[in-house]
Amino acid sequence: MIYQGKQKIWSDYQKEIPDDHWYYVRSCIRQNFFPASEKMFMEICRNVLGKDIHENEHHTTCGGIAYHCDTIPQETVMTIVARQFALMTEAGYENYVASCITSFGNYTEILETWHEFPELETKIRELLWKACRKEFKKPKYLAHSSDLIYKFRNEIAEKAKFRLVDKETGEPLRVVEHIGCHYAKMFPSKGIGGAEYPYVLAGMIESWGGNVIDYPERRHCCGYGFRQYHVKANRGYSISNTHKKFESMEPYKPDMIITNCPGCPYFLDRWQYVIAEMEGKTYGQNGFGIPVLTYEELAGLVLGYDPWDLGLQLHQVAVEPLLDKIGIEYNPEDKYKGVDKKDLMRPELPSGIKCF
Amino acid sequence: MNEIIVIVGGGIAGMEAASQLIKLGYSPIIIEKSDRLGGHVAKWNRLFPDMTPAKDVVDSLIASCKDANIFLNTEIYSVNRLKDRYNIMLSNGVSISARHILMTTGFKLFEASKKEEYGYGIYNQVVTNADLEHWFNGNADSRMDGSQMGAVGFVHCVGSRDEKARNSQCSKVCCITAIKQAIEMKEKFPDAEIYCFYMDLRLFGKKFEDFYTKAQRDHGIHFIRGRVSEVGENIEGKVIVKAEDTLLGKPIKVTLDLLVLMSGMVCNSENAKVASMLALPNDSDGFFMSTDNIMNINSSPKKGIHYAGACTGPKTVPETLAEARAAALEIHTSIKEQQ
Repeated sequence: MIYQGKQKIWSDYQKEIPDDHWYYVRSCIRQNFFPASEKMFMEICRNVLGKDIHENEHHTTCGGIAYHCDTIPQETVMTIVARQFALMTEAGYENYVASCITSFGNYTEILETWHEFPELETKIRELLWKACRKEFKKPKYLAHSSDLIYKFRNEIAEKAKFRLVDKETGEPLRVVEHIGCHYAKMFPSKGIGGAEYPYVLAGMIESWGGNVIDYPERRHCCGYGFRQYHVKANRGYSISNTHKKFESMEPYKPDMIITNCPGCPYFLDRWQYVIAEMEGKTYGQNGFGIPVLTYEELAGLVLGYDPWDLGLQLHQVAVEPLLDKIGIEYNPEDKYKGVDKKDLMRPELPSGIKCF
Repeated sequence: MNEIIVIVGGGIAGMEAASQLIKLGYSPIIIEKSDRLGGHVAKWNRLFPDMTPAKDVVDSLIASCKDANIFLNTEIYSVNRLKDRYNIMLSNGVSISARHILMTTGFKLFEASKKEEYGYGIYNQVVTNADLEHWFNGNADSRMDGSQMGAVGFVHCVGSRDEKARNSQCSKVCCITAIKQAIEMKEKFPDAEIYCFYMDLRLFGKKFEDFYTKAQRDHGIHFIRGRVSEVGENIEGKVIVKAEDTLLGKPIKVTLDLLVLMSGMVCNSENAKVASMLALPNDSDGFFMSTDNIMNINSSPKKGIHYAGACTGPKTVPETLAEARAAALEIHTSIKEQQ
């Protein structure tokens, strides 16, 4: 691999990301899967970086899942999105940051469509007015929340208590980065680093001390693929895609995977349990799986937040081997305690993949 | 004194035209921006379909135009039109007055790194057709030297017939070049499996079809109808190619020791400067626009400006040479009519 070649591409795909004053929209599903990720994003933006970031409780789904499952028309999705923009306008913001990759793709696609077909934008403005008497301005800047963490990755590195380094050997950790399909595959110019060699997560890994693994199935779908999973009969497709990725990355002995999509960490994490049950195979060391983290969770870890406050106990794959490798201290007794030490109860542990 | 004809470009078209003009009694001046004659062909090793050494062709053309006045490392600085003549100022300070200018500025090879999914400049074992010819010519290349090739792939239409690459035109020579290079690699590495990934095979020229049959029948080269979707690298540094086999209706994945990208012929962006000086129009593909693509391919809309070779679109070597002769004759006829 020729690193300079990638650097050239990365320099071609940069985008302007304002420093401050953001209107944040959460994902429909992330809080169910990785409950502290969005909270950690707000915590980092507000309290670590001192930024103004606003959110609104009236924000709803963007309709992206239904759109990509082909169950609602595009005009409906556009009207939902127009309402989100109206909420941003009412709040006095013009920089829009989405937590969800599919939402980011959805917003990007809609703004580009309106740019190409202004008459459609006019129609949607009429529909929104009829539906809820709202008007909107289009965002001046649109970003995914991983774009912001990428932008401030070096500031985070300066404040970090840990680096992505094996504390015993001093070697950088081997990290797989997985980018959600809707980040840049539809509009390469809208993603940092483009579609083929995205840099948004690779930049964080490098800045925080790790090494990025480029493996043959790096670009392959995580296995979610919307209808691959949501249509129950198709779930074999979902897990076979995930299995293909793990088989491909296995020779590189990754220490961890980080992602920037709601679905990807869920499927890369949970399907490891299913593969272990079906095939008796695990991909981590000593019978463990490969920990899968969101970029906010990883940022929280390097900044020194308690792993259990980051919600890492809700991962299927045990994160303790990773924490031990980096040298992050944690109390095993607190793993299944929630806020204010509330007992979350211990789950039944699987037999095929080692967990605590 | 014989009439001066200015030829812009010292590739095979410029040299052949100069040779013909000398025979017709004119004094051609070749202006070549690089430090040598021969253009792209001089960098090639052997030419399809008879495996003619490119050096023989170029040396023969250099010998036949030796009486021309040749300026190497020279570019056109400015051009002014005065009645029926052009006053041309060269970058070396020489000034020329001529009634006829022949543009033989040729083409450029598509920059393969623009097709990011193919990994040129990213993965070590991905090369272009031009890189391979450079190596065939005996130049060292760590990507090929000393390697035992178990499998080699060729991707046709790299940057050609590709709206995303903004080149809708067929590059014309890549299919037959890929077949030629595939045969050459098979001859060098008899045990290697060779794959050609193609959209269509456009084998229009004399003996091209025979060459294709020979590649399959005598050399066992695999032709896979389908485009490559992405290229990666495994832990051993081998190239992983994903493609679709549209005849089998299945996706395929192969592991290769070398992947060769057939970069297509695209318009030479460096022509823009001289084109603007002469107000020459470009066609939709970016190449120079001829007065007529059937009857007057050598003629520009500007009086006294002529074209030959790949400056008007992708061409084979014989087509380029034929156009150079036609342009020389057109200039001769025009001069005779003016007398």
